[in-house]
Amino acid sequence: MRITTIALAATLAAGTAHADVVAPGDVKYDDYGAVEMSLTGKTGSAEKGAEVFSSKSLGNCVACHEVSALADVPFPGEIGPMLDGVADRWTEADIRGIVANAKKTYDGTMMPAYYKVDGFVRPGKAYTGKAADDSFGPLLSAGQIEDVVAFLMTLTEE
Amino acid sequence: MNFKTMTFVGAVAMALPTLGVAEPDDDTLILNGDTEMTTKAPAPAHLEDAVDTIMSGWHFRSDETQMMQADDFDNPGMIFAEQGRELWNTVEGTEEKSCASCHGTPEDSMKMVRATYPKWNDEAEEVRTIQMQVNDCRENRMGAEPWKYDKGGSLPMEALIASVGRGETVDVAIDGPAEAMWEQGKELYYTRTGQLELGCVNCHEDSYGMMIRADHLSQGQINGFPVYRLKNARLNGVHSRFKGCVRDTRAETYSPGSPEFVALELYVASRGNGLSVEGPSVRN
Ligand code: HEC
Ligand code: HEC
Repeated sequence: MRITTIALAATLAAGTAHADVVAPGDVKYDDYGAVEMSLTGKTGSAEKGAEVFSSKSLGNCVACHEVSALADVPFPGEIGPMLDGVADRWTEADIRGIVANAKKTYDGTMMPAYYKVDGFVRPGKAYTGKAADDSFGPLLSAGQIEDVVAFLMTLTEE
Repeated sequence: MNFKTMTFVGAVAMALPTLGVAEPDDDTLILNGDTEMTTKAPAPAHLEDAVDTIMSGWHFRSDETQMMQADDFDNPGMIFAEQGRELWNTVEGTEEKSCASCHGTPEDSMKMVRATYPKWNDEAEEVRTIQMQVNDCRENRMGAEPWKYDKGGSLPMEALIASVGRGETVDVAIDGPAEAMWEQGKELYYTRTGQLELGCVNCHEDSYGMMIRADHLSQGQINGFPVYRLKNARLNGVHSRFKGCVRDTRAETYSPGSPEFVALELYVASRGNGLSVEGPSVRN
């Protein structure tokens, strides 16, 4: 798991050099926490997004959220709301904002900010318990955020 | 123990996995068929704004795990307490003394220790955990080497001291000279650390009773420590548990035995004022 995270950070570092990718510090949130523009300039892959959502070493969103479409993923958590129909409740820009930094939408929420690199108290090096070093990057890359957004946009009920 | 309720809870859990398992249960913990433990109690005054009822972590575990703790013959933690008793009687160090030389039988001299530690020590002018006090005795009264924190003899000895105090009511002093350290511990409890920006409060005050993935969140009480965990088949100390929880917020942790964790232990212990001492307890 550690190796994946570091590899991800490296991918991201390479990715940020790319002109189309919005860096964590440059994301434009509106007054309600929504982010209008894709962080990569492209639409993500819903299929990869489902993987990011379920995988413990990636988004691990299932630690807190249940989704009926992912019924085969065992032991979803119940800290956050069940996400069936989330695309009916929120626009794509809202969802991008919530995934990138949910604190802009919900003040003080327990949900981690997935595309943020500063302002932490005692940030560590992934799950080692050691201090953060040069490999520190956001929890998810811009591409992975867009993949999760694409996946959540498939969760409609109406 | 209330077998009827437990069978019922088990059945509900199987039929409705997402509804049945989440709530802390209402079982009663009776130790060795005679000592009834206080596993739920009204919150102490300093905690009233945060929670109404304090609950032992025992309520959040499966029926099987709960039952193991109810009988000393089934509780693997008691094997370590017995190792602690051997250490208690072992002469060590330049003074050629054992714990027993000064303290007699632990059942008499140590009964109130787990319930009241961490505790302010006037002479040393510091708050001491049980392990710190044990090491002070080893170094200064026995002329023996101190044990490492949460390692070696420390945990078996703490298990012995906890075991003879089972059933006593946790009553850690938080005023007077201990207050400054208690405040520091409280600050640590409410600080959201690491890349996940989570504090103890988020999981153990705001979300206890809920599932975080496969884990059933308890109130993070320490009245049952040290705990025997089935997962790693050993005895686990309070500070090592804290370290694991802080690490899981993707933070830089403090070390077992550090002043920060001593302060946090004092504060977390005080959140359990009113519960029975249960250690060594059993967890998954
Ligand atoms: C530690 C818990 C936690 C994790 C992990 C987590 N969330 Fe959340 N999430 C929440 C909570 C709590 C809320 C509700 C906001 C509030 O009231 O604080 C929420 C709200 C949401 C919402 C809005 C839901 C609605 O119905 O209005 C979306 C969308 C969402 N999360 C997506 C995600 C995704 C995608 C991930 C992973 C990349 C994720 N969450 C990870 C706790 C979490
Ligand atoms: C991300 C969630 C999370 C955070 C934050 C967290 N913990 Fe925990 N903690 C857990 C889980 C999961 C367990 C295992 C289930 C349980 O006993 O609650 C646990 C267990 C514990 C236990 C063992 C309880 C028992 O009865 O065996 C203690 C004590 C504890 N935590 C204290 C703390 C303290 C103190 C902090 C802050 C420094 C903290 N935790 C932060 C998730 C968390």
